[in-house]
Amino acid sequence: MSVTATETAPAAPPADDPPGAPVRVRRTIRSRLLGIYATLAYIWLFAPLVVIVAFSFNRPTGKFNTRWNELTFQNWLHPFRKQDYTEALITSLKVAAVACIVATILGGLMALALSRYQFRGRGLVNIIIVLPLTTPEIVLGSSLFTLFFNANVELGFTTVVIAHIMFCVSFVALTVQARVRGFDWTLEDAAMDLGSTPWRTFRTVTFPLILPGIAAAFLLSFALSIDDYIITSFVAGNGEGSITTFPMRIFNANRTEIPPQVHVIASAILIASVGLMAVGTLRTMRRDRGLA
Amino acid sequence: MAKAEADPNLRKGRFAPFGLLSPGMLWLILFFLVPLWTLLRIALSTKPNPFLPDYELTWRFSNFTDAVDRFQPELLRSFGYAGAATVLCILIGYPLAYFIALRGGKHRNLLLGMVMVPFFTSFLIRTIAWQTILGNDGPVLWFLRTFHLLGVSNALSVTDNGAILNTPQAVIGGLAYNFVPFMILPIYVSIEKIDRRLIDAARDLYSTPAQAFRKVILPLSLPGVFAGTLLTFIPAAGDYINAELLGNAKTSMIGSEISKLFLRESDYPTAAALSFIFMAIITVGVLVYAKVLGTEELST
Repeated sequence: MSVTATETAPAAPPADDPPGAPVRVRRTIRSRLLGIYATLAYIWLFAPLVVIVAFSFNRPTGKFNTRWNELTFQNWLHPFRKQDYTEALITSLKVAAVACIVATILGGLMALALSRYQFRGRGLVNIIIVLPLTTPEIVLGSSLFTLFFNANVELGFTTVVIAHIMFCVSFVALTVQARVRGFDWTLEDAAMDLGSTPWRTFRTVTFPLILPGIAAAFLLSFALSIDDYIITSFVAGNGEGSITTFPMRIFNANRTEIPPQVHVIASAILIASVGLMAVGTLRTMRRDRGLA
Repeated sequence: MAKAEADPNLRKGRFAPFGLLSPGMLWLILFFLVPLWTLLRIALSTKPNPFLPDYELTWRFSNFTDAVDRFQPELLRSFGYAGAATVLCILIGYPLAYFIALRGGKHRNLLLGMVMVPFFTSFLIRTIAWQTILGNDGPVLWFLRTFHLLGVSNALSVTDNGAILNTPQAVIGGLAYNFVPFMILPIYVSIEKIDRRLIDAARDLYSTPAQAFRKVILPLSLPGVFAGTLLTFIPAAGDYINAELLGNAKTSMIGSEISKLFLRESDYPTAAALSFIFMAIITVGVLVYAKVLGTEELST
């Protein structure tokens, strides 16, 4: 109805709201509906998490911890009772640690080059960085498998680490690049003009400025590495040097057992990461308030 | 990228960028591009002995057509499920991203962070939790049974003969759940970037909220939907964890078949051909999609 008003009298004095309450009522209904929809979406997002935490306190009746039986704290008291799961978790942590350190260094250097320098072939470099992210994991995994098969490389820890570095490097390069975009590189010139050596400039000016981006990229790639199943399953091998990561252990045993320790470990990781995030948010909030 | 070209902050360099880039690029070339080449070579080979994993490069292009013929149902199913999951992600993710960006107020970061919280647990364990929720003793079916809604949900094909777990619906739901943040984040970014004065201007010019949405917010947020669609569809089409954990023998997706051919049956030429075709279809699809929408914001 307000449209017709524009058409008939475009010069009419602007009103804050078209007269009459119904419009406003309708608007609040509309925004409330959106709020309800968003709440339902959040319930959907959180439902599995509630289940995971709740079932970490369940005493399963059989081998599968998927039906509620009764409350127990035994699982939390013995989170590492299932030895093969614990070993798989340690393997995953080892892979992630090595892969993420290398990927963060390689990806960080690439991001630095892309965000600081003008050079020929930038576009091509950018495409090669983005491509692994738009290629399905199954293709990445199977093509790496053919490479190692061709080269007669025995599958195991090294090949898994190589694969994880490959898919983390792109994420690191893009994350760090996004964080340092618009950074004022003349600060480095200022440091050099004041007599600083290149290494000291990097240590005291460049590195502190890119550190938040590097840290975010490291955490992201750690999360990706520790959670990967599809690519890993292709390069973990089944011979002598083969390894089993935590996701592989769960997937391979899925038809035969789901012990509650899986839920305990998942809940612990969840609670720890949410806690870390909360502490980080609170600290930045307090710092912002202190500045203001 | 065009913006970066014009950035006066960038320096000219010949050796420094090369030095910084080479280790990472070398890794990507060796372990991403070269493997694609070996994959293609094996896809064009034949197996001289059915009991050995060896192969011989014979430029056998019929491997591709054979693989498509043999695995057509799985290919179609993968794209169908991924498409349905992507639509579901838009239906759930767009309103949520809109809500966070425009109604979130000062809690925006918290609300956005909450979208990411499910991803602090393992992909597999989340999916196992869905087994519990959707199972025959789970809360969803309990609710439908208690309120005698099974007939309605069967009619709406939310449930399949009174069950959800081990049906295509469960697989699609699982795919949507596991990939929805890749939809929400880019849409959020594109809505958040919209200049609020444009929305105010639309309102000042007497547009209804619906018109302001249709003519201002929706077109400006389409790049986000575009990026989100790719980021959801591609991994969803290749995924087979959801199909294995939430589906049945008739919901097997292409990833599952490729994995089985490589790791269990050691039929490398067929497996490689299938994997290569899958990638080719996705690549062509992405290019066509980009062309139709006329967006070049693939990387942002």
